[in-house]
Amino acid sequence: MNHDAYDDNYIREILNGVKSIAMVGASPVNVRPSYFAFKYLAQRGYDMIPVNPGHVGKSLLGKPFVASLADIGRPVDMIDIFRNSSHILPVVDEALKLSPPPKVIWMQLGARDDAAAAKAEAAGLKVVMNRCPKIEYGRLSSEISWMGVNSRTLSSKRAPIPTQGMRLSLNRTSVGGGETAASDRAAKNKSELT
Amino acid sequence: MTDRIPGFSTLAVHAGAQPDPTTGARVTPIYQTTSFVFNDADHAASLFGLQAFGNIYTRITNPTTAVLEERVAALEGGTAALAVASGHAAQVVVLQQLLMPGDEFIAARKLYGGSINQFTHAFKSFGWNVAWADPDDIESFERAVTPHTKAIFIESIANPAGSITDIEAIATVARKAGVPLIVDNTLATPYLIRPIDHGADIVVHSLTKFLGGHGNSLGGIIVDAGTFDWSKDDKYPMLSEPRPEYHGIRIQETFGNFAFAIACRVLGLRDLGPAISPFNAFLILTGIETLSLRMQKHCENAKAVAEFLSGHPAVAEVNYSGLASNKYNNLARKYAPKGAGAVFTFSLKGGYDAGVSLVSNLKLFSHLANVGDTRSLVIHPASTTHSQLDDAAKVRSGAAPDVVRLSIGIEDKEDLIADLEQALSA
Repeated sequence: MNHDAYDDNYIREILNGVKSIAMVGASPVNVRPSYFAFKYLAQRGYDMIPVNPGHVGKSLLGKPFVASLADIGRPVDMIDIFRNSSHILPVVDEALKLSPPPKVIWMQLGARDDAAAAKAEAAGLKVVMNRCPKIEYGRLSSEISWMGVNSRTLSSKRAPIPTQGMRLSLNRTSVGGGETAASDRAAKNKSELT
Repeated sequence: MTDRIPGFSTLAVHAGAQPDPTTGARVTPIYQTTSFVFNDADHAASLFGLQAFGNIYTRITNPTTAVLEERVAALEGGTAALAVASGHAAQVVVLQQLLMPGDEFIAARKLYGGSINQFTHAFKSFGWNVAWADPDDIESFERAVTPHTKAIFIESIANPAGSITDIEAIATVARKAGVPLIVDNTLATPYLIRPIDHGADIVVHSLTKFLGGHGNSLGGIIVDAGTFDWSKDDKYPMLSEPRPEYHGIRIQETFGNFAFAIACRVLGLRDLGPAISPFNAFLILTGIETLSLRMQKHCENAKAVAEFLSGHPAVAEVNYSGLASNKYNNLARKYAPKGAGAVFTFSLKGGYDAGVSLVSNLKLFSHLANVGDTRSLVIHPASTTHSQLDDAAKVRSGAAPDVVRLSIGIEDKEDLIADLEQALSA
């Protein structure tokens, strides 16, 4: 897997396939990026589970916080890790101990741990690093295009009719569009420096 | 396995535009509406809090304009774009995200006269100070860097003389200084030069010129390359610090590699207000579909006209970087191998009076203050676009009193040459 540039279909299959997402590092503070992503993904129909030992006893948009992945108590499809690169490995280790294990490990924008990724991939999991599932969902549904963002997709097919809240489906036919190679290069250089 | 990357002309026709989901309309509809209904109170709150993607009010986003933005972002190789009312508006919005009162930016001396005025006079009242550097002397940019420098601004092909700027050399200076490089790519368009490929962090355009291309609509655009790390130090608080306008959101942390375009939209355009009309966005979008074809013809005609003028006895000098004898020809071959653009200047042996007489004798060329139209245009910069500069500054910016500027259109080149020939001999 080339973790510098993911194929759209790889991301699309993940986001179309998973039903439940445990978000490690979810924040109840409504201006934090994790809160934005949690709310957005919950509104897109994912079964969201907030994981944060500092907030046990509280809930996030009606979903009770759990202290750790082991405390979820039911199978979960994807672990979305909202932690710095240095805190990734212990979470991946914990995820790999779950039975059944999750199908996907997703590290948020800015987070990357190639060793942890290799470990998860060796166990048969799919891995995405340094991406945001909210941005990727918005990009592949072309919803993010409303903000003038380069979705890097083209399509001559009618988009699916929006559901409630102008929510667009991921099931959209598209081919690759405008690349953002300069930005990808800058991100790679930065991750190699840190 | 990796997605195929489509070519430039395919992006120019398709990027950003998908058939309308409800009506099936193939061409992007003109959403001529000020506002958009919310589904419920939570949806409204999510949009205002930047938690959801969606439309509130056409000053901030509009579905027609969004297609234009995505298309130009794709053509430039950027992560996102923001369209505004004019090229000048784009410059204000960009610099408002980067500079606080007392800060400085470095700008190339060879710029559109309107930009020189904007930087020298209008920005002074905001406390933004410009330091000028000579694009033919890269070290002059290095010398101009101070602890207060926040950005470097250049034109890829510089108005009015069509000189080519060494973008990579100046990008190196910007990187060393830790500031973003802003490139005005109006005269080149991404068809001829893609500044982001050469190290630009932000690209701005007057869409009014070759991108729209038909002389019918004003517009400007800001393209975010997604390359600059705004949070590496405390120089760019609009992007790195919690924003009181949005209850403490940090823009870069939240929006990643398109944070600058979002800052321009939700902090700049929202509060300053220079929004583009959806109808203008529609006309410019239609123009962009034929950008490749038009630029090929513009460049072919410009080269033919420049060659004709070079051989004319009444002409003293032709400044077209596409000519082998031009001092910018090596840079043109490097940065603009498909053509050196279609705006250039020439001077007449008869000086100022001969220039004035030429302009009045032309029958096809229109005498007006624009460039990048399908029609061929002529102007005398010293008495118009650059008239507010003093004589020394006129000469420095390539607009000396004996200089005439042409913007070559897409008519038949034989007719353009015949018109110049009769006007020069009249």
